[in-house]
Parts: sequence; C-alpha cells; structure tokens
Amino acid sequence: MGIRERLSGNEAVAYAMKQINPDVMGAYPITPSTEIPQYFSTYVDNGEVDTEFIAVESEHSAMSTCIGAQAAGCRAISATSSCGLCYMTEMLYVAASDRLPITLAVSCRALSGPININNDHSDAMGVRDAGWLMLFAETNQEAYDNYLQAMRIAEAVSLPIMICQDGFITSHAIENIELVEDDKVKAFVGEYHPQHFLLNKDEPMAVGAYATPVYYMESKRLQAQAMMDAKDVIRKVGAEFGEMTGRTYGLIEQYQMDDAEEAIVIIGSSAGTAKEAINELRAQGKKVGLIKVRSFRPFPAEDIVEALRHIKSFAVMDKDDSFNAHCGPMFAEVAASLYAAGVSGPKGINYIYGLGGRDVRVESIQHVFAELEKISATGETGETYRYLDVRE
Amino acid sequence: MKDIVEIRWHGRGGQGAKTASLLLADAAFNTGKYVQGFPEYGPERMGAPITAYNRISAERSTVHSNIYEPDYVVVVDETLLSAVDVTAGLKKEGAIVINSSKSPAELRPLLKGYKGKVCTIDAGKISEEELGKNFPNTPMLAAIVKVSGVIGLEEFIHDMEGSFRHKFASKPQVIEGNMRALKRSLEEVQVG
Repeated sequence: MGIRERLSGNEAVAYAMKQINPDVMGAYPITPSTEIPQYFSTYVDNGEVDTEFIAVESEHSAMSTCIGAQAAGCRAISATSSCGLCYMTEMLYVAASDRLPITLAVSCRALSGPININNDHSDAMGVRDAGWLMLFAETNQEAYDNYLQAMRIAEAVSLPIMICQDGFITSHAIENIELVEDDKVKAFVGEYHPQHFLLNKDEPMAVGAYATPVYYMESKRLQAQAMMDAKDVIRKVGAEFGEMTGRTYGLIEQYQMDDAEEAIVIIGSSAGTAKEAINELRAQGKKVGLIKVRSFRPFPAEDIVEALRHIKSFAVMDKDDSFNAHCGPMFAEVAASLYAAGVSGPKGINYIYGLGGRDVRVESIQHVFAELEKISATGETGETYRYLDVRE
Repeated sequence: MKDIVEIRWHGRGGQGAKTASLLLADAAFNTGKYVQGFPEYGPERMGAPITAYNRISAERSTVHSNIYEPDYVVVVDETLLSAVDVTAGLKKEGAIVINSSKSPAELRPLLKGYKGKVCTIDAGKISEEELGKNFPNTPMLAAIVKVSGVIGLEEFIHDMEGSFRHKFASKPQVIEGNMRALKRSLEEVQVG
C-alpha cells in the first residue's frame, strides 16, 4: 500500500518525473527555476531515466524546446517559478493554441518588486489566461499526486498543464509522503500515442501556422471547448487515481461544508492551515468550512456555486492582487460564477493575503471567519476588497 | 492540540541549523512519526541569522505556517542570544538548548526572564575533539533529542548509526567520530 517516504515538494515532483520517464525536459538550469530540474538531471545523469535533458539559456527557450519536442511526438516537461514563468509567457500561449499537452511544474513565487523570492500566486495567476490547465496542491503529497495525473488529463484534451505548488512552503519543506510503486505509475500514466505529430512521415503537417480572421476564431472556440471538456476528464482521472491509492481528487475539495454558514474559498498550502483554524472554531460550535480550489483552469464554477449556494457569507482568498482597485482574480471568478447561476444570497468579500511569503497563521484565518460572522449577523459586507495581516 | 512537538532552530547561515532541522525530521520520520522540517528563506548569506522549524506528531499536521509558540528552541550559535529574541513565545514547560561552553546558570540572565529549562551543550568542543572540525550539527541534534524526548534514545542511537553508515559509507572514521560526538552530547548536555 504505497511507499512511506519523506520528501520536499520539489523532490516529490522530480521523483514523479523519474517514475514517468518522459522523453524530453527543456529547462533553464539556474535560478529563478526550481530545484526540480536539478534533482531530475541527477536521474538523467545516473541513467535512471532515458529522458533527453536540454539545458537552455532562458525560460523562453525552455518552453520553445518543449513545444518542438511535443509537436514532434514526444512527452515534454519543464519546471519553473516566478519571473521564469513570466519569461515563458509568450510561448505558453503558443503551446496551448498548438494544442500540445506539455507538463510544466511551477513552484509559485512572488514577482518583483520589491525583490522577493517567497511564496505567493502572482506568477501563476499572471498566466491564467494563457490557455493552460492549472492544478494547485496543498501539500507535497498533492503536488506528487497531481503530477502523476497531469499527462492523463492533458493528453485527453490536447492542452498543456501546469502543476502548481507553493514555493518554499511546500516546495522546500520536508514532509511525509506516500509514493506509488513504479509499475503502478507506469500502468496508470500509460504510453503517449499522439494522433498527429511532426515525425509521422505518413502524415506531413504544419504546426504553428498563420490563421487569418476567417479561421482564427474557430481555432480559439475549439480551444475553449477543450477547456470545458477537461472538467469531466479531471474528475474521471481523479477518481481512477483514488481507486489505485485511496486518494480521490475532483475539481474542488470541500472541508466541513455540509452545515457551514461561513466559508472561505482558498488555493494551495494555506488551505491546510485553514483546516486547523476550522477544527478549532468547530470545537467552539461555529459552523465554518472551506472550499479548496484544486483546478483553477478549468474553473469549477458549477461546483463552487453548489457549495456556496446555501451559506450566509464567504471570503475568497487571493494570494496575489489584480491591481484593478476592485478585487483579486479568484474573487472575480467566484462572484461571476454565482451571478451567472442566479445565486445572490451569500454575502461575499475578498481578502488579498500571504503576498511575498507573508506568513499565513491559524489566527489569520480565524480573523477572516470572525469578520464573516459579523457579516452573517448584520447582512452588511462593508468593504469587499480587503488586505489580510497588513500594517496600514 | 493533538500530540505534537514544535521546535524552532536559530543559527547563522552556513552553520548547518537548516541541515540539523532536516536531520531531526529524518530521525523522527524513521521512528514512525509525521514530520515537517522547513527553514525560513530570505536573502541568505553566510553568517546572517537564520531560522528553521520542526513539527513532529503522531498524526499529520496540516498547518503550513511558521512556529510562534515552540515547545523547544535550539540555538546553534551563542552570539545570537544578544541579536535575536530566541525565547519569543517559547513555552515555559519546554526548554531552550544552547551551543555554549557556559553553564545554564551563566546564560539564563541573557534570556529575558525565560522561566523554563535552560540547557547547554559545548557542541563546538565536542565536534572539534571527535571530528576535528567545528560541525556542531550532530551534538546539537543529540542534545535536543535528549532534552525533548521526542524520540527514544536507544532508537535514536540505532537509527543515527544506520544513517551515518549510509551517508559516510566510504569514510568509516567519520562514522565513528559522529557516533562518539552523538553519545558524548547525550551525556554532557547540562540541564538547568
């Protein structure tokens, strides 16, 4: 029943890569990249994988390498972080619109400035509209599990996938983890047999062609359809993974939501801290719960609406800011989901929190629930765009 | 709270406080516990104060924040006592373990009225004598294991011997030295 280990999140993802043994890694081997290519390059050097490791001079080239390799018919992977992800942005759009199911591991970190290396979600959220599938992890275990599911999901809908975890908080912290045996991983992930690929001499094709206004929009509509189709694929693969490991995944995770009156919607490692806050508040008789968003792309609008429909008040937690003088990106999506479904009962507020590694404590989350309790009692939201744990 | 022990490490960049916290996580993991071992990252440079943390528990802790009310504090560099508020939030039922040639009674006045146990171990001297170099990690690790009781001592000695044999397979003299340093520390740590 699994292999008991202790690994950091970066080690766990590199180990998943080793078990999968992909064809090509294109990676920029120094900071701001993660330790993942470094750990993986050891497996390459030791001959534990037969992956072609292509060290390039920039993240832009790392993604270009992946695009070329995946278009040729290979499984291609990369890993990055922070400004490295920004530098990839142009090619991220190309990967998605060329419908290449590349897998990219991201250890999410802040962007400059002020210069900062610590965790928040500014890097990943900055590329949220690039057309990639995006899964986020709370723990090293989830980062590993998500990575093992990534290729199944991406290849089923022909879209690239980002497997995100919180930089340093899980990427550099050692924790217990249950690894899946190599043979089970191989059987679960399977072989990659693309329908169309450049090295197929029987079917000459062009990749990255020009599309005039007569064709461009149809191409985009198909991309949008693939993202919609991905919801069911993510659920199906998550259920199958659960049959193998006992750890089942969906688009969201609900914690103590059955009778909750106040809830938070949150992504990543702070969901774990929030669970402890909820345990303590539940012990005091407070009806509080949380929704953890695992899949940010596709966005689980229907699941979130169903989870929030009957609660009194909620807070959406954004670990980055859109700087629109209004709200963070996830609040905008949650509010739009509720509005589109005609649900106007729950009162919602938005917290920008944990920027640049600002520590998120059990007390931080309890403060949010205390504010929600006031809103539930009075029906008044007050300011909806708030900063948590900040000196004013 | 569940059955959980929280430890905060203070050291200077390059001294191995981070490594020591990861070694402790390893040792506790090997005895069947759930562990967390993580440093606080920042603009790292040699000699700058650094902090690292451990959570050790029978059930998985889901909390991913730093530790503000530790059960134990380990100070790898005595000069930090005047630079960092090392006893901040430290529980009085717990203890602080300091790498120093001084006695607990001599150091207590520097600890801002901390009421709990003050423990000292001359990890520098032990490692100089047993390893020929100032590598305070092994003796500090042994001292905190002894003081906290987070791992049974026999189990700890047995496990560390296995780890050293694995880590230093090509350098048997280093294994012996580390084991002597470890055992001396278990005996020489002063509790005041």
